[in-house]
Amino acid sequence: MATMSSPLGLTRRSLLATGAAALATPMLSRRAFAQATELTMLAWYGHAEPDMVAEFEAENNVKFIPKYYTGGDNMLGLISQSPPGTFDVILSDAEYVQALNAAGYVEELDPADYALDEYFPEFQQFPGNWADGKLFSLVTRFGFLGVAYNTDALTEAEAANYNVFWDPKLTGKVGHFDWHLPNLGQLSLLSGNAAPYDIDEAAWAAVQEKTMSLRSQIGGFFDYGGTFSSLNDGQMLAFCGIGDWITGVLEKSGAKVKSVIPEQGGLQWSECFSIGKGSAKADLAKKWIQYITSAKGQAKSAQMAAYPAIVPNAKGWEVLQAENPDEAKRQGMTKDAGNAMDLIRSGRIQYRQWPIQQDLETWNDFWSEYKGA
Amino acid sequence: MRRPISLYGLTFSLPLLVWQVLFFVFPLLFLVALSFWTVKNFVMSPDFDTVNWTTMYGRAVFWQAYGTTLAMAAVAAILTSVLAFPAAYAIAFKLSDTARRWAVFLMVIPFFTSYLVRVYSWQIFLSDNGIINVILGWIGLGPYQMLNTVGATMVGYLTLAFPLVVLLQLFSLVFIDRTLIEAAHNLRCGRLRTVFAVVIPSARTGLVIAGLFCFILSFGDFVSPVYLGGGEPTTLSILITDTTKSGQQWPRAAVIALTMIGTLMIVAFAAVKFAYKGKTK
Repeated sequence: MATMSSPLGLTRRSLLATGAAALATPMLSRRAFAQATELTMLAWYGHAEPDMVAEFEAENNVKFIPKYYTGGDNMLGLISQSPPGTFDVILSDAEYVQALNAAGYVEELDPADYALDEYFPEFQQFPGNWADGKLFSLVTRFGFLGVAYNTDALTEAEAANYNVFWDPKLTGKVGHFDWHLPNLGQLSLLSGNAAPYDIDEAAWAAVQEKTMSLRSQIGGFFDYGGTFSSLNDGQMLAFCGIGDWITGVLEKSGAKVKSVIPEQGGLQWSECFSIGKGSAKADLAKKWIQYITSAKGQAKSAQMAAYPAIVPNAKGWEVLQAENPDEAKRQGMTKDAGNAMDLIRSGRIQYRQWPIQQDLETWNDFWSEYKGA
Repeated sequence: MRRPISLYGLTFSLPLLVWQVLFFVFPLLFLVALSFWTVKNFVMSPDFDTVNWTTMYGRAVFWQAYGTTLAMAAVAAILTSVLAFPAAYAIAFKLSDTARRWAVFLMVIPFFTSYLVRVYSWQIFLSDNGIINVILGWIGLGPYQMLNTVGATMVGYLTLAFPLVVLLQLFSLVFIDRTLIEAAHNLRCGRLRTVFAVVIPSARTGLVIAGLFCFILSFGDFVSPVYLGGGEPTTLSILITDTTKSGQQWPRAAVIALTMIGTLMIVAFAAVKFAYKGKTK
């Protein structure tokens, strides 16, 4: 069969091919310019938002693909259900770092790669980051948990004691952040346990009894969103189990709430970065961790829009003091006495961690019973 | 005589069958298997151990949550049915055809907005400093605690199910044989008695199915008990999230989920049986 040809000598097929190529050219050239490397990050909400990553993305021609989780169990679930190498960068609460490491989900890090010497000494050998002298994750930010309160309803002096939760004027107005670990840790501190998570059976029984006595004061058990809204609209006047990571955000938007570390002491949450096992972009992941743990990155991290935090890099404090002295002061990252490091050094802050002498399950089961009581 | 399976019939029925097997039967079987797995140090491993069943069924808090959820869903079904009936009745019998079309349209509109957003907006009405308490304050009443109560959870369930229940009731009411109602009136049956003696029995199937839908939606709802009820009392949906928050205890959560599915199946079969009782095919 003879090929049909046009007067210009073009076959229909070649005309179509030329046309398609012409149409596709702008797309191809756009891709050639952008072609940013994609870096996947598994993290709490906020860590891969533009306020945190835009500068790094522009400098390194990287595009972060975030996968946000809600809680460490959720994070472990996501990793265990994904093939190795799915996540290049993993942000994890300190409690879960050892579980990540034990399950072989993270790569070993070289301490020489990071500005550890700029860190406060307490954070250079941060528990959980190291196993058998090897570094597996790097703490990047932390915060304290104490009593969160409505400043119209309570004075700071009143709120600076966990017993305020039992105040008759707060009946039905005390909220719980719905996770057993921070709440029971705080009530363990109130029960006089210097190491709130390392308690024997008698002390655990006492914590349970003390907790149960609070039940009639409780107005509700809230998740992340519920905690925000109930503090914001004054529905709850005091909160157990949270700290500045929530009230700091509300304060910025003008809500009359604050957090205070009570006289019985507070807890510390900490977030650490690791490189996911089998990551094909481990070098770039390392570069990100270097960036976010550097003085400049740390100042940024302290002011993260989603929720603020204290940073462990001493030089980061200096950058923050220069950039945003008000925020440095608000979070206690100044040279003044009573700053965040002084609080830790005075022994008033304990790490939030898994219960040591009981199973995690035992604590959680009690929490369910408490809620149902 | 059995009709041979035609290609025409298969074209329409096979996709549904495949869909059901892939996305209902298979996940359900997986859920059953999962409930026998064990968890150690956050890692789930395939196993055949009844520990999850004995642990969950041995806990008072589980049965407490079960009773609470069952009772709340039953109350929601009755309350919604009772409140929806006058609306459905009025739309079916009192409105012109045009007005009825508009009413149906208005009942569909709530589904345009996310249920979560609608529930959050209720907080603005129900909180201590919210719209309702402010209005009550003008006449010297309150403030009353409405948010974080069982009543608020009920408001949420109504938000979820009310429009659907009205629509389902409406569709059964419009198909009632009007001559039956006229006959009742001719026999000097009063308006109210006609409703109870003629309308409700005639529309029984639709009314029961509407109530059943409300029960199913409320029984498994997580949003209202958390965002309007303040997380208390603990419902089964809340207990599932609590369970998964403790060291990856998905197998135990599976036990709760399977119990919920079983309960819903029993309730649904009983309701459907009642709805069609005495009806010939």
